[in-house]
Amino acid sequence: MNENEHSEISGGASVPASRIDASCRVPLLALFGGAALWLIVGLLLALIASLTFHMPEKFGNCAWFTYGRLQPAANDAIVYGFCIPAALGVILWIFARLSETELFLPLVPIIAANIWHLGVFVGIVGILIGDSTGFQWLEFPRGGSVLLFAAFVLIAISAVATFGARRNRELQPAHWFLLAALFWFPWIYSTVNLFLVAWPVRGVAQAVIAWWFANNLLFIWFALVGLGIAFYFLPKFSGKSLPNYFALFAFWTLMLFGTWLGIPQGAPVPAWLPALSFVGSLLTILPLIAIAVVYGKTVCGANVQCKGGPFCYIKFGTVAFLLSSVLLLATGCSHFSRVVGFTWFTSAQTQLQIFGFFAIVICGAIYELLPRVMDFELPFPKFVRLQHWLFMLGVALLVVSLAVGGIKQGLNNFDFQTQLPFLRVSTMGILLLLLGSLLLAANIFVMTLKWKLALLKSLLTAVKAPLETAEVKS
Amino acid sequence: MKSGFRVFVAAFIALGASWCGFVLAPALQLGAAKQTQILNSSEIYPLQRPGNAALGLQVYRSLGCAACHTTQVQQSGFACDVVLTSAGKNPEVVSNLVSTLKLTGLTKDEADSVAGKITAAGGKSETHIIATGSDIPRWGIRRSVAEDFLWDDPVQLGSIRVGPDLANIGLRYDAAWEFAHLYDPKSRVKDSVMPPFRFLFETKNGEVIPTEDAKNLVAYLLSLRADVPLYDAPFTPPSLTK
Repeated sequence: MNENEHSEISGGASVPASRIDASCRVPLLALFGGAALWLIVGLLLALIASLTFHMPEKFGNCAWFTYGRLQPAANDAIVYGFCIPAALGVILWIFARLSETELFLPLVPIIAANIWHLGVFVGIVGILIGDSTGFQWLEFPRGGSVLLFAAFVLIAISAVATFGARRNRELQPAHWFLLAALFWFPWIYSTVNLFLVAWPVRGVAQAVIAWWFANNLLFIWFALVGLGIAFYFLPKFSGKSLPNYFALFAFWTLMLFGTWLGIPQGAPVPAWLPALSFVGSLLTILPLIAIAVVYGKTVCGANVQCKGGPFCYIKFGTVAFLLSSVLLLATGCSHFSRVVGFTWFTSAQTQLQIFGFFAIVICGAIYELLPRVMDFELPFPKFVRLQHWLFMLGVALLVVSLAVGGIKQGLNNFDFQTQLPFLRVSTMGILLLLLGSLLLAANIFVMTLKWKLALLKSLLTAVKAPLETAEVKS
Repeated sequence: MKSGFRVFVAAFIALGASWCGFVLAPALQLGAAKQTQILNSSEIYPLQRPGNAALGLQVYRSLGCAACHTTQVQQSGFACDVVLTSAGKNPEVVSNLVSTLKLTGLTKDEADSVAGKITAAGGKSETHIIATGSDIPRWGIRRSVAEDFLWDDPVQLGSIRVGPDLANIGLRYDAAWEFAHLYDPKSRVKDSVMPPFRFLFETKNGEVIPTEDAKNLVAYLLSLRADVPLYDAPFTPPSLTK
């Protein structure tokens, strides 16, 4: 792989791309290693939770294995354990590359990565022993949340410091999206923890704030990060330039209008809240059109084969984002939500957003940047294509079965027996995703192992080398 | 955009606006909510849940019951029935009039006009309000409103109905049924896929005894009843419509 292929145009004093990549190595391994592990744990938990519908009798004796604990634990392991830390790793690398400098304060993200993964561990165990906060997507008990918040802020500091040292002062579209995301998460995460956990507000205001958070995390934050990463990689893969004005329009309107979604129609709250959400859904069509245009202008007509590689991942992810957003906007209309409200359909949309869009974009980015960062090829290059197929099929099975099952459930007045066949198909989808995640973990861990062995070897030769002949290299 | 500061300002404005709308405003409006008066009554609603039911809410949260159950009933609208209460001095005229009119399933305006005609003919009538929608009457008499959750922390609205809605489960079953159903759901609902909660029970001398958690949880479930008419969710109580 030509390692300078992605480096920006720079002056004579610029840092070579290989040194930029090397500066990210340890922080990224710390973030990706834990993330890959949590993805497997999350999907395993989701698989066990899903088995409840196949044989509910088996889960009656142990509180840890009750569906109401497994399901949120699985969701949180995937979102907080995999999606966010892996995305932060990719953000650090993109910022270093765009800034054409080595990563600033590399020790900080290494420590922060460990704090983050410890926080996820505390959170997951907390949910399983029954300490969940009871709010969807915010189930981690207080201890876990504090660790996550601190770790995020530390990583953001390193990313912003690297950004501040950039050589080319002009910002790229990826900069806007990713900077906004670094600012977004601490705000929404501290707000919900203060308003719902530390000093809880009264009554259904809790539910409103929890919906606001879920929308800002799963729709806005995921979109900012996933699209930021896609807008960085897509022009490089396709060789065409990104239409900046459309990207800027998408950035502004997504943030301005998209944040108003999330309050379900018919919720037991004052009517102005769901009404505002409905207006938000209507206006969010604007950024979606702009994103579709950006995608079309950057990707369509490019004579580049993706061959199941990272380009395929990011193309698939961006299209999945558009599709999942359309489903999200549809649920904002009261006519449609009367049918699919409280059904698996909402779950289908969320799973499409998490796996079809975000996880796949992140995996594509990891496969693209890991060989550069480690300075050697992937140990199992064929797994990249295989994982892409497993993820596509898994997402399709999971999302289509849940969406169709959800519509049937809504039309049949929530009769459980009509849902059952669809839930069984969705278990197959989770299984395929789990297999795919094992392939990702194999690549990451074998690479880490190889790197550690090489490190050990060089250490041994350094120790064995006679002192007189040792050279000091700058 | 040339500076990171502008990106920061853009994000600050966008997120700040939605924060004011969906965090600050509801926290001020709903956070300051008080108990209300039950319609056509001097009693206030809601009363705090009894102590063991409040503890039961924590068991409900801890077991993640909201992963499969909602506690919110929705309604699509309401219909009015006009009921003749007295035929007055000209019973024949009134009964002839009534036989020509549609009296059930009316809108508010139609009901007012029908009531006006009956009054003009010398009769007396009452208008009964009945909530409509697919959740009604199997899961509730009226829609759930903000007041129903005034004392709850955390509020467990739920977002998916794998099982039935529980907003009024306290009206449907008694404690014995709840205990039996928690221990072995299939013994009460044939096709149930709810996992059994046998870990909430202990066996002493061959007898199955509910633990404190099970008792509190059942107390909470029995306290779930939203069956009074409110200003936001009016209806005529079934006792009056018979």
